[in-house]
Order: sequence, then C-alpha cells, then structure tokens
Amino acid sequence: MLKVDRIQVHYEGIPALHEVSLEVNQGELVVMVGANGSGKSTTLKAIIGGVTPVSGTILFNEREITREETAKIVRMGVVYVPESRRIFGPLTVEENLLLGAFTSDSEKEVREHLEHVYQLFPRLKERHKQRGETLSGGEQQMLAIGRGLMIRPKLLMLDEPSLGLMPKLVTELFKTISLLKEEGYTILLVEQNVREALEIADRGYILQTGRTIHSGKGVELLQSDIVKKAFLGL
Amino acid sequence: MELTAQLLVYGVLMGLIFALIALGLSLIFGVMNIVNFAHGEFLMMGMYIAYLLSTFLHLDPLISLPIAAGAGYLLGIGSYHILIHRILRGPMVAQLFGTFGLMLFLRYLAMYIFTPDVRSVKQGILVGKTLSMGWVNVDASKIFSAGVCLLAFAAIYWMIYRTKLGRGLRATSIDAEAAKYMGIDTKGMNALAWGIGGATVALAGALLAHFYYVTPTVGMLFTLIAFATVALGGFGSILGAFVAGIIIGLIMVISGQLVSELKFSFIYVVYFLVVVFRPRGLFGW
Repeated sequence: MLKVDRIQVHYEGIPALHEVSLEVNQGELVVMVGANGSGKSTTLKAIIGGVTPVSGTILFNEREITREETAKIVRMGVVYVPESRRIFGPLTVEENLLLGAFTSDSEKEVREHLEHVYQLFPRLKERHKQRGETLSGGEQQMLAIGRGLMIRPKLLMLDEPSLGLMPKLVTELFKTISLLKEEGYTILLVEQNVREALEIADRGYILQTGRTIHSGKGVELLQSDIVKKAFLGL
Repeated sequence: MELTAQLLVYGVLMGLIFALIALGLSLIFGVMNIVNFAHGEFLMMGMYIAYLLSTFLHLDPLISLPIAAGAGYLLGIGSYHILIHRILRGPMVAQLFGTFGLMLFLRYLAMYIFTPDVRSVKQGILVGKTLSMGWVNVDASKIFSAGVCLLAFAAIYWMIYRTKLGRGLRATSIDAEAAKYMGIDTKGMNALAWGIGGATVALAGALLAHFYYVTPTVGMLFTLIAFATVALGGFGSILGAFVAGIIIGLIMVISGQLVSELKFSFIYVVYFLVVVFRPRGLFGW
C-alpha cells in the first residue's frame, strides 16, 4: 500500500533523513521507533507532503506521491495525526472533528463518520460543544485521533500519540490503537514507548540518525539485541 | 437634545462604514498575521469605481456597489498571488515593506491616471437627499450605506462561522500547518482572506463615494482610522471590528462637534490608550 524508497530530506540544506525506506501493507500496524531526532516525524511529514524529499520515491497504492500537495494526498486517503495533537483550541470539539473531514464532499458520509467517532469515543460526544482547548490531555488525544478517522483513512499515521499522557492513559491509548487495527485500519505509528508499541505491532522499523537500520516482525524486534540495548535498557 | 440625537445617529452611521473598512484588515491579519498597508488604497479604488461609473457611464452609484466589490475581490486575490505569497517566507520587515510598497504603487498609479484633482459623485438616487426622522435629519446615502454595511457584516459573519469554507478559514488562522494536514488548501484560504478583505473594503469605498470626495491619497486617512479600529476591536476579531468601528465613529463625530480641528486626533488618543492599557483590544486573543 505504502512504499517509501530511500528518501532523503533536507531542512534548509542540513540533511534530516539520509536514507529511509519502509513499507506498509493493507491492514498492517507498522511501528517506527528511534531516538529523538532520528527522523521519525520527518518521515511521516515527507509522506503527507509537509516536507519534500530531495531524492527517493514515495508510492501510495502504486501512485507516486513524492512531490504531491498535502491536500491531494489527504484526498487519496492518507491522514497524518501530528505530534502534540495540534487541536484547534478555540474551535469546538465537533468543529475539530468536522475539519478532519474537510476533504469529504458527501455530507451524509461525514455524519456517518461523526457518529462512528462518537461511538468510539463517547467522551467526545458528551463534550461536542466544548472548545477543544478545554479538554484534558487524554481527551485531546482522543479528539486528534477521532479527527484523523473522519475520512475513514486508508492509511492512518500517528505521530507520538502517547506524548505527555499519564501511564494509565497510555495503556488505554494502545488499546484503542489495537482496536482500530481490528476494525481494519492500516496504521503507521511512531512511538517512544517502544515496548508497548512493538507488542501490538505487526512489523517495526528502527531509525537511527535518518536511516532505517533494522526492520522485522514486532515481537522479533522486541527480542532483538539492538532494541534491547538501545531502547529497553536491558 | 436634538443635537445629541443627531450626533449619535451620525456617529453610528459613520461607525458602520469604519467597521466595514476595518473588517478586511482584521480578517487578513487574523488569517495570516500580515498587516496590509495598502488597505486604504483598495478603498480608494472602490471610490474611483463608483465615481467613474457615475460620471462617464451615468450609472447610479448603487449599481457600482457590486461592481466595486467584485473588483476589490479580484484586486485582493491578485495582490495575494502576485505579491504577498512571495514575501510570506521573508522576514517580518520584508512583509511590512511589501504591502507598504503596494500602497505606494496603487496610490501613485491612481495619481497618474486620475491626477490629484479632488472629485466627487454628483448624481445618484441617494446623493444629496436627506431623510427626516423626528428630531434627526440624516443623509439618505448614509442610512443606506449603514444598511449595506450591516448586511455585508452579517454575510461575512455567516460565511466564517456557519459554513465549511469559513471553518477552514478559521482553522488556517489558528494553526496553518495543522490545517494543511486536514487537507485544507491553506494558500487558497489566504487568497480568500485577501479576496474578502478587498471586496469588503472596496464596497465600503463605493458607499463612501456617495458622500465623501475622492482623491488618490484618500486612502491614507482611512487606513489609519482602520488601524485604530482594528487595534481597539482586537486584531483578527470580526465582532471586534464591528463594535470598535461604531465606537470610533461616535468618538470622531462627538469630538469633532467639540473641537472640530481635532476630531481625528481623538481617534489616535483612543488608539494610544488601547495599546498601553489593553494591547489585545476589546475582543482580541
């Protein structure tokens, strides 16, 4: 479904990604792990068209999207839920959700998806008239994910969703992500909670200073020396 | 009593025009944090359109309203695509001088085309007519202008707070990057803000031409009044522009009655007080 082939990205001339390659297949939950600054977020931003690679290619369903505009990529069904949630604070919960469906032209579909999101996160329904910024951190994360689901994306990319959440909520978040996978969503997840993420993942990639240096099945990676040493402190 | 009533009515009517002028300035600032120094020149263009259509084609200035609004829309969108989006990535100073340059360009282009002569609209159904309502006598054109301003405000408010397009515009103004990830064409939203800004201020210009003279430099005064209005109402706030416009109108008319030479000075006294005591304005963030 998604094929990233040796992309290189520069920020103002300074290389941020040297050579990142990865694949996500239909229905998979794929996790990218790596230290701060290893290029995980940049990779997601390159896929969604937020930054443009200087070389390499990105294919989505066989179509090249390497230099495509973000709006077009979203219309193709790729959604990026950014780091630190980026809720539109002054807007209501419902307005935030509706913005997630901005590229959808069918009002009926939007209503259906809204109901679906409210079913998944009843808390958001209770607070649908409240301003986004009045929600707690955990609720804001629900809102960010719910907003990402509003067009039933073919590929959902989550950037550090657990950032800043209490441990109890982190566990709940991973349950939600597993649930989404069971519902059939294809997910590319970037996480710092390496153990929890790899436990629920089908496959994983390890990034180091802008390169994908290792990949494998989720559980296998969890057992691998490289992950044990670098991330789990074993 | 009669005088007070007359002043209040006149102040509110003028204030509504000031509010409509300030609306676009505030909107453009709210969406993309750019101060458009050429705003008054857009107004001047609207005034010349009303003048030209009335003088040469003998069209009633009322008919020129939609034409001026349409031309203002194109001028706003055009300015964005030709100039503004190129200077967006530059430093703040480049942005300031960019719109300042646009102001000078439009002003002296008008000077070249129309000469510095003072002109005014002389014919039209409403020009020179007065309505008498009890104690108060008011120019028909001012009453009409105020009504159009109210309608324009209602339309823009509805568009921004009740439609999907407006939701996209608000999202862009809050967090352009996040808005982009929603699939919103944020450049298109910026252009739209400039289009609405140009249309509303040119409409205000065509209304103003009913009872105010036109020169190539007329924009200067109204730009400064609009700055004071937007500062008072709060940058980026539509409701703020509305309320502040009326307050500024009242201040100008009442202070003008007291010391006529100083009527504009009082507006800047208010501006100064706002900047010192409540920099975010009445309704600003």
